Amino acid sequence: MSDDPVGDAGFDDWLEAVTAGRAYYLECENGHGSLPPRRVCPEPGCGSTVLEERPLPETGELETYTVTTVATPAFADDAPYAIAIADFGPVRITGQVVDVDPAEVETGQRVALTVRTAGTTGDRVVALEVVGD
Amino acid sequence: MTPVRVAGVGLTSFGTTPERTSRDLFAEAATAAFSDSDVPRSDVDAVLYGNFMGELAEHQGHQGPLMAEAAGVAAPATRYEAACASSGAAVRDAVVRLRSGVDDVVLVGGAERMTNLGTAGATEALAIAADDLWEVRAGMTFPGAYALMARAYFERYGGTREDLAHVAVKNHANALENEKAQYQREIGVADVLEAPMVSSPLGLYDACPISDGAAALVLVSERYADEHGLDVPVAITGTGQGGDRLALQDRTHLARTPAGREAAEAAYADAGIGADAVDLAEVHDCFTIAEALALESVGLVPTGEAITAARDGLTTATGALPVNLSGGLKAKGHPVGATGASQIAEMAQLLRGDHVNSAAVPDATVGLTHNAGGTVASAFVHVLEVSR
Repeated sequence: MSDDPVGDAGFDDWLEAVTAGRAYYLECENGHGSLPPRRVCPEPGCGSTVLEERPLPETGELETYTVTTVATPAFADDAPYAIAIADFGPVRITGQVVDVDPAEVETGQRVALTVRTAGTTGDRVVALEVVGD
Repeated sequence: MTPVRVAGVGLTSFGTTPERTSRDLFAEAATAAFSDSDVPRSDVDAVLYGNFMGELAEHQGHQGPLMAEAAGVAAPATRYEAACASSGAAVRDAVVRLRSGVDDVVLVGGAERMTNLGTAGATEALAIAADDLWEVRAGMTFPGAYALMARAYFERYGGTREDLAHVAVKNHANALENEKAQYQREIGVADVLEAPMVSSPLGLYDACPISDGAAALVLVSERYADEHGLDVPVAITGTGQGGDRLALQDRTHLARTPAGREAAEAAYADAGIGADAVDLAEVHDCFTIAEALALESVGLVPTGEAITAARDGLTTATGALPVNLSGGLKAKGHPVGATGASQIAEMAQLLRGDHVNSAAVPDATVGLTHNAGGTVASAFVHVLEVSR
């Protein structure tokens, strides 16, 4: 929340790493990917507590998307916007598709991860930039 | 497993009553449920109450005792929260408690007051069923989440907005004579296709409304029914719960809801039946695509085929497998904390023959209810059977 001076350990660190071009995911000793904050591998039947930061693949594939017209108050001034789930291999990530007309968004597009600022609140938002089809 | 008897059911009308408190809504539903049963309030051993957004809509926590008091019941009470499956969760626990012998009579149900928040406020409140860090902060709304699933389904299995429109048309047609329904109004495929987009490919008529309302059930153990000579033809004979990762991005499949399958398989095993024994179903159609996902998950329609079930007539009132004869969440309304219990109330009436749409299923003996939380990270399935 923009009016909350207390951050979210793990998640905020991850946003800062993405901003600095050092996006990562967590990998357990059995090779399962996950996202922070996390102490235990969430893969069913795994339960490993040995989680290491690994560089996130530079691009992912846009697996599904929607153009949201009716937004929550926190994104009222941002709508309409495209939001998508992209598959980066070890993890999928949900983000707003930026720098593109929402009507041009398609499944299968290659996207890169970035962090942007929401127009309504000024909060940081996970974003996806289209880098190719 | 041992059946649990549905001794009484009660519903408020679902709709837009922003000034009514949830304690008032639940009191009305509970009073109706007691009137429908031959069970005195003084015999109630526990109150299990489902609610999702009472903290946001009414600034009210600790709702269990409040709702017991509102219902005129002096018994220990607990509130259950599982997003839109809150009262499905409460019903499941009621069944477990009654079977175990811990309790003999349980008042179970739920209520939700939503329209006082307005559309934007209710959209924000519903969104908290998603993962705050990884979904809500990216701008995902609840319709947006189902839209992501709908697009994934289209990509994987095919399907069109027109296929989905038939789900909405069917459920509106089913609600026409249901006096408890929010919309007793017929719509056509063109109405759905031409409605404003909410989150593509889902438009306004692909979505259930924002609703106020309550549902209550008086459930009793087999022992209590026998000892008191109650004539209660409908029983819950199977219960099941399924779970999944909270965020859509972390699921194995974006176009399937395996929590529904897990819940259904457990409920079928519990009831000692297979999916082929089900005569009719009430499933969680918060969006048109959700009805297709639900029918596939509970094994009533093969994976990848439910998208056309309404269009092909399979699930209409005159079809081989009527689905959402109440009107479903789409037309009956979706006061989220009340929905799971309301599905069981409608199903009990459909099976015992005193529902306005019972004539569509005169010989039905087995009904299934499917109640989902969020994008189906929680699922509760119940099997109801009537002795004829």
